[in-house]
Amino acid sequence: MSKAAGQPANTDVDIKTGRLTPQQYDENFGDIHPPLDGNNAVIEANRCYFCYDAPCVQACPTSIDIPLFIRKISTGNVRGAAKTILEANIMGGACARVCPVEELCEQACVRNTQSEKPVKIGQLQRHATDHLFARKDAQIFTRKPATGKKIAVVGAGPAGLACAHQLAQDGHDITIFESRPKAGGLNEYGIAAYKVPDDFAQREVDYILSIGGITIKHGQTLGKEITLAQLRKDFDAVFLGLGLAGVNALGLEGENIKGVENAVDYIEALRTAKDKSKLPVGRRIVVIGGGNTAIDIAIQIKRLGAEDVTLAYRRGPENMSATDWECELAQTNDVRIRHWSIPKKILSTGGHVTGIEFEYAQLDKSGRLTGTGDTYTLPADQVFKAIGQTFVAAPLGHDAPQLTKKGRIAIDHDGLTSLGGVWAGGDCTEGQDLTVAAVAGGKRAALAITRALKEKKYG
Amino acid sequence: MADLTCKIAGVTSPNPFWLASAPPTDKEYNVVRAFKAGWGGVVWKTLGEDPPVVNVSSRYGATHYNGTRIMGFNNIELITDRPLDVNLKEIERVKKNWPDRAMVVSLMVPCNEDAWKKILKRVETTGCDAIELNFGCPHGMSERNMGSAVGQVPEYIRDVTSWCKKHCDLPVFVKLTPNITNILYPARAAVEGGADAVSLINTINSITAVNLDVMAPEPVVNGVGAHGGYCGPAVKPIALCMVAEIARDAACKNIPVSGIGGISTWRDAAEFISLGAGSVQVCTAAMHHGFKIVEELADGLSNWMDEKGYKSLDAFRGLAAKNFRNWNQLDMNYDIKARIDPDKCINCGLCHIACEDTSHQAISIAKQGGKNVFKVIDQECVGCNLCMHACPVDGCITMERVDNGKPYMTWNEDPRNPAAKKTA
Ligand SMILES: Cc1cc2nc3c(=O)[nH]c(=O)nc-3n(C[C@H](O)[C@H](O)[C@H](O)COP(=O)(O)OP(=O)(O)OC[C@H]3O[C@@H](n4cnc5c(N)ncnc54)[C@H](O)[C@@H]3O)c2cc1C
Ligand SMILES: Cc1cc2nc3c(=O)[nH]c(=O)nc-3n(C[C@H](O)[C@H](O)[C@H](O)COP(=O)(O)O)c2cc1C
Ligand code: SF4
Ligand code: SF4
Ligand code: SF4
Repeated sequence: MSKAAGQPANTDVDIKTGRLTPQQYDENFGDIHPPLDGNNAVIEANRCYFCYDAPCVQACPTSIDIPLFIRKISTGNVRGAAKTILEANIMGGACARVCPVEELCEQACVRNTQSEKPVKIGQLQRHATDHLFARKDAQIFTRKPATGKKIAVVGAGPAGLACAHQLAQDGHDITIFESRPKAGGLNEYGIAAYKVPDDFAQREVDYILSIGGITIKHGQTLGKEITLAQLRKDFDAVFLGLGLAGVNALGLEGENIKGVENAVDYIEALRTAKDKSKLPVGRRIVVIGGGNTAIDIAIQIKRLGAEDVTLAYRRGPENMSATDWECELAQTNDVRIRHWSIPKKILSTGGHVTGIEFEYAQLDKSGRLTGTGDTYTLPADQVFKAIGQTFVAAPLGHDAPQLTKKGRIAIDHDGLTSLGGVWAGGDCTEGQDLTVAAVAGGKRAALAITRALKEKKYG
Repeated sequence: MADLTCKIAGVTSPNPFWLASAPPTDKEYNVVRAFKAGWGGVVWKTLGEDPPVVNVSSRYGATHYNGTRIMGFNNIELITDRPLDVNLKEIERVKKNWPDRAMVVSLMVPCNEDAWKKILKRVETTGCDAIELNFGCPHGMSERNMGSAVGQVPEYIRDVTSWCKKHCDLPVFVKLTPNITNILYPARAAVEGGADAVSLINTINSITAVNLDVMAPEPVVNGVGAHGGYCGPAVKPIALCMVAEIARDAACKNIPVSGIGGISTWRDAAEFISLGAGSVQVCTAAMHHGFKIVEELADGLSNWMDEKGYKSLDAFRGLAAKNFRNWNQLDMNYDIKARIDPDKCINCGLCHIACEDTSHQAISIAKQGGKNVFKVIDQECVGCNLCMHACPVDGCITMERVDNGKPYMTWNEDPRNPAAKKTA
């Protein structure tokens, strides 16, 4: 028995460019959280209790001394506040914008327990770092005397950059090998545009590089122009910050027809587009997935002018890895979220997607997800797949470090891989796939590298 | 409903809330607005001899604390800068139109009998209810040998007060300066001079802040600054203590007190009255929020009195002054310990670090389920209250009495006191 909850699959595909006016593009991709002004920052800062052994610090993967930097804001020492932040987390500016604070520091803030709202730690962090970056004396870091050590970093994402910056402070010389034409990793190519407007990612990269001692070589892909074996020979240590190059597939027939796209690819096109009106945007959109990438593509395609956007997820709301705040944001952007929907069949005409059929899902007695047998169909001009990314190990070559069961690079508590002299961090290793976690991983490895080089051993 | 009628030194007002002598009472316009808003009385901005004084531009400094504006306030203004004549005409007209409100006129002239005699004659014609002698201003006027320059010399206070008693029939309030080591000396001098009441406190000599760019005290006047008079919520504790000292001093002979200093809420007012104040005067709170605050003052006081069953102000006036003792009269056997309510605790750790770093290491910290949990170690806790004050959650830390009713024993009776009288 098949029950039709949606309309029948459409036949005339409606994909257009330039659905909006130039003004609408600017509005839709402007700052999602306008920054706090000085006065409001002080009012907010004064809400912080300056906790001892503060829960918010424990919840921050980079352990920023939150009470201290907030107290500095409240006393007008905003530059000092930024210093506290950046010394712990060189990407404190990006993290202030992209961290899911509602699951990290702000979730732990004692002001929640007191049944009030948490201190707006992210907004305050942004206030401080914005202030610093706008100053003439923005450079607060110095380099230790040159050690003569050369270190190779592969990948100029948050993990690689954080690692390189710490190594530069320690007096080493760093070469970053990056396949893409720009540095920043997903900050530049992946994060939702409205979270990092005004070219923030590149400004931050410039700040990081301004310490000196870091050279980025673009167009250098591990496994093509360079090999791990060669890097290990040529450098005193190697750090891998490769991120996730693969995406999960639905495993359905017709997955590769026109109109069915990987969310991350489309977002990359969006982030690199000089002119957003040139992007092809369907009228009816279906996004498949339940994480932040799914939310991001759904909201951004809606903001590009799509008329009707549905996000379909296999399980219930409590299983979605997207945060409550993200889901709410999707809903206030008029994205419909349908739970308990398993994609079953891609519908198409003339080699182009026209819709997708879902089967209703439920949990069986043993708690496993099963289809009910009932189905419904959603018409779609574009279908975006956002069901997770995977690590691609091929570029590591023959002599590759060991992987974990989940297929990421295995590391110890210092970030050291199974190969001597090779460290790794960020999304290519296990952990929270977040910018802040990547920064923490990169920095942790850098500190371990410096220690190892001093002791002349690879742990 | 409690009766808020206030009687002090022969002056009656419908409620005890008066505006202190200051900018809010400088003109008919302001005072009429105040009376319309419900204030029980005013002390008119201090009058002096003609020609009137001239004020500088940039007059107020302030202490803002942790996001709260005007915790403390200071000024370098002088007395009224309008001609005597104009003020007297306005006072007369306002009193005529608002007969039920207290109209007290503040005065400050040079320290000779003639000067006082002359101005008193003119003030008497206004129909005002009383005069207040301003012996308080710590700035400007004191450089001209008036204000606190008089208020710091008990003999002058006594003499000027007696001149005023001699040359006019109005009740005389003497406004005292807190810029003195012991408030009892000027208070007793006022009593000796025949004062009908004392008003206190006037402002405290102060520099509120230093402008670190200009490198001068605030408020900066063209690159430099002068000391000014401090008032507002920050001075309340000092004022309360001075009021209480006078209330329990035998030589002050229960002289009525008009309480002043940092009063902003009904609770502040109730505290002053419970320490013996008759009326209470307000300046900074009105300058910060406008005259409407009197509605909260009157309603809050009346509700609280109803709750407590006090029918009139006299029913609780001075009750707390009776329990104001010297340290050596306190009970050495009284013992309390901090108690943390785990259901209210938000795990901020402030109690722990306060006690650990700066007191008695009496609050332990332990990880439980990823959270810090705090416990009081009774043997170490001396019952100092620090943690209770530091805790940001109301009612989370309370102090529990644990001495199980040992007899009251003062330090003078305590065997641990080397100087204690041996009771044979
Ligand atoms: C759509 C999307 C939205 C996201 N939104 C958020 C968010 O809001 N907040 C948040 O905290 N996190 C978010 N994340 C996750 C976050 O972006 C990542 O966790 C973070 O960027 C990981 O950093 P990284 O340095 O490990 O990897 P990446 O950022 O992926 O950087 C890896 C770098 O290595 C380069 N590289 C890869 N392979 C090679 C090779 N073989 N040779 C040379 N160079 C190579 C890549 O070009 C890239 O520059 C999002 C991710 C996605 C996909
Ligand atoms: C701007 C300003 C001017 C003042 N002028 C006088 C004055 O002329 N005469 C006087 O007796 N007190 C004067 N005072 C002191 C107030 O009457 C009052 O004693 C003091 O402000 C304390 O009360 P508060 O804490 O409610 O402000 C002045 C206070 C301020 C703030
Ligand atoms: S938990 Fe909240 S209140 Fe406490 S230090 Fe952190 S931000 Fe401040
Ligand atoms: S009352 Fe004082 S001694 Fe006792 S726990 Fe609290 S801070 Fe420590
Ligand atoms: S100060 Fe209060 S809220 Fe904070 S940890 Fe101590 S008892 Fe808990």
